[in-house]
Order: sequence, then C-alpha cells, then structure tokens
Amino acid sequence: MGAQLRVYKRRIRSVTATKKITKAMEMISASRIVKAQRAVAASTPYADELTRAVTAVATRSNAKHPLTTENPNAKRAAVLLITADRGLAGGYSTNAIKASLVLSERLRSEGKDVVTYIIGRKGVSYYTFRGLTIAESWTGFSDKPTYGDAKTVAADLIEAFTAETGGVDELHLISTEFVSMLTQNAVEARLLPLKLDEVQLSDQTPAKSEIFPLYDFEPSAEGVLDALLPRYVESRIYNALLQSAASEHAARRRAMKSATDNAGELIKSLTRLANSARQAEITQEISEIVGGANALADASRGSE
Amino acid sequence: MAELHVELVAADRKVWSGAATIVVARTASGDTGIMPGHTPVLSVLETGPVTIRTVDGGTVIAAVHGGFISFADNKLSLLAEIAELADEIDVARAERALEKAKSDLDEHAERRAEVRLFAARGLKAHA
Repeated sequence: MGAQLRVYKRRIRSVTATKKITKAMEMISASRIVKAQRAVAASTPYADELTRAVTAVATRSNAKHPLTTENPNAKRAAVLLITADRGLAGGYSTNAIKASLVLSERLRSEGKDVVTYIIGRKGVSYYTFRGLTIAESWTGFSDKPTYGDAKTVAADLIEAFTAETGGVDELHLISTEFVSMLTQNAVEARLLPLKLDEVQLSDQTPAKSEIFPLYDFEPSAEGVLDALLPRYVESRIYNALLQSAASEHAARRRAMKSATDNAGELIKSLTRLANSARQAEITQEISEIVGGANALADASRGSE
Repeated sequence: MAELHVELVAADRKVWSGAATIVVARTASGDTGIMPGHTPVLSVLETGPVTIRTVDGGTVIAAVHGGFISFADNKLSLLAEIAELADEIDVARAERALEKAKSDLDEHAERRAEVRLFAARGLKAHA
C-alpha cells in the first residue's frame, strides 16, 4: 500500500471512532432533554402555588420585608450566573457568560460594584482564567439539579443580601431559558429585591389578576411572609436551574448532531480521496509494467 | 357528604391530590384540622405528619418537612419542600437515619427521621 493511501485509511479510522462517540453523546443528550423537561413540568405546580401564596400575602397585608425593600442608592449588585459543568455543548455556556459580562458592564456603568456568583465549572474556569474574581461558586450538579442544590445556593445568596454590612443591594440572575429543542436563550432577571407586582405564574399571566380570599394568617402575615419569601427565591432559582439543565442538554444534542453529520461528510470525502489515491497507484503500477515490458521488447529486438 | 379538594405538592413533584373529608397537619401554632367550609387560612407548616382522610374512608399519611398550607374555596394546598407518602418511606433507611442523627446530635435530622417513621408506622396501624 502506498504512503498516501495509508494516511487516508488512518484518518478515516480515526474519524469513524470520533463519529461513534459524538453519535452516542447525541443520543444520551436527546434522552436527557426529555427527563429534564419532565422535571421542569413536575416543579411547576409547586412554583405556581407558591407564587399564588406570596401574592395573596402581599396583596392582603402591607407587611414590609427585607427581601422586598428596595435600596434607593444601591452600591453593590450580585450576579448569579448558571453555566454547564462540561463542555461540548455548543454555545451554551459561552452565551450565558457573554450575557453576564454585558450585564456586569451595565451595572458598573450605573456605579455599582459587581459581585459574581457562579454555578457550573465552565463559568468558573472562564472567570479564573481571566483573573476575574468570583465571590462563590457551586459545581457538580448542572445537568441534574435537585431542590437541595437550589436551597444551598439560595441560602448563601439570601444571606449576602440580608447582611447588615458588606452585603449586596440587588441580585441578578443569568440563566438559559428553554424555548424549544432548537432555541435556548440566555436571559437575565432581577431576583432581589422582589417586585411583587410583577410576579408571574408559569403561563405568563400576572398572579395579581386573580382575586384572593380574605386569608387568616398564622402565626401572622409577617411570620408567613418571613417563611414564604426565602422559599419563593429558592423556587425561582430551582426553576432557573432546571430550565438551564434542559437547555444544556438541548444545546449538547444539537452540537453533537452537527459533529456527527460533519464526521459523516468527512468520512465520505476521505473515502473518495482514498479511492482516487488507490486508483492512481494502480494506474502507475500498470504503466510501470507496460513501460518495462516495452523496454525489454525494444532491447531484444535491437540485438537480433 | 361535604368534601374538600387536596393537593399535596413537593418542590419537585405533585405527591398526592384528591378529595378528602378532613386534613390534619402540624402548623406553627399546633395541629390544625381542616374540614370543608373552613375559613380561608394560610399558615406555615412544621416538620410533621399530615393525615388526609379520603372520601372513600381511606387514610393517606405523609411526612412533610417544612412548607405551607393554604385553604380557600374548599381547595387545600399543602406545599412542602420535601413530602413523602407513608408507603414510599423506607422504614429501615429512616431508622438508620434516626440512629445517625442521634449519634450526631443533629436535632433537625432526628426530628425528620422520627416524623418519617411515625408516618410509616401510622399507616400500618390503620391498615
């Protein structure tokens, strides 16, 4: 076998192996999207009931709560960025990181210090590589978040928000919204202080449009609000984590699908090249033989 | 017979829903029983068992860990961060958790494990 042909054969083998891997990853992601979407759907009854309860308390009582009071001269803003733990998901993490950089820039231009909190290894490595400071980070659950994970994150953030000194005045969230299998958008939302009139149910209708009965609050409206609001923040973060996980799988599936397609095309064109290299080799051999035979024939005719 | 509609919802799933005649849950101010036609109420749940008497005479017991109860228009919503139905609870695991909590002197974990065991055993007593 000629050297040229051997090189092509080796490349075809290696691309075939890569294609097998990307195909497997594509199928794994496809099955996980369904699971992740189911998790999002399963968490909506809780989120909706909680939203209703929060709105009911807020409309029926004028209770002030630290989590809803706006600081008129906010100095420090926190940004919570949700990214993936693993790569090979196309632009998924990059888009979220870009959105967070844009947001940080805007907050800085408003004269606020920006404190960054990150979920997911990809965001952490981006920030550490560029020497940017991270206030705190959580990793290891980006593709399958549980409510407990959201609770840990929320606890730290609420603590930072309610701290007397050195705390933050507002909290923004960058997550990826799952629109469809093909579309996922990085979105930003202000989580704290809560704006109760903008609270929405999962189907985008404002919760305030409902008329609430006159509830008896136990132990008191303030007591209920005290317990409700942190749960509400947790559930918002949980929902963002689940949406982002679904988006991550969808982005990975798409990236792996195009990688598989590209590998297929590469194999096709390499096979063509290998075939023509083989044919060239054969042609050359034939012409060598023919040339050699002719030379022999000429030489023997000359001696006669 | 009058009945109320109950939804028991955990953070990550809907645990139970259906019609009931009375629901007893532990709130911040003690055990509260809610029957059809109760005044609208919204209160904080403690870690404790929730007992639901269904319309067909059965009993559903669940262990809930923190959450809320809200009742209005004959609809009762029980929201819990974690909620487990009695027949889903692994008694052996709960017992191990109780042992561990006792040795670690973790009061919250101990209480959670106790409630779980209570709920699981309560169901057996009814059966």
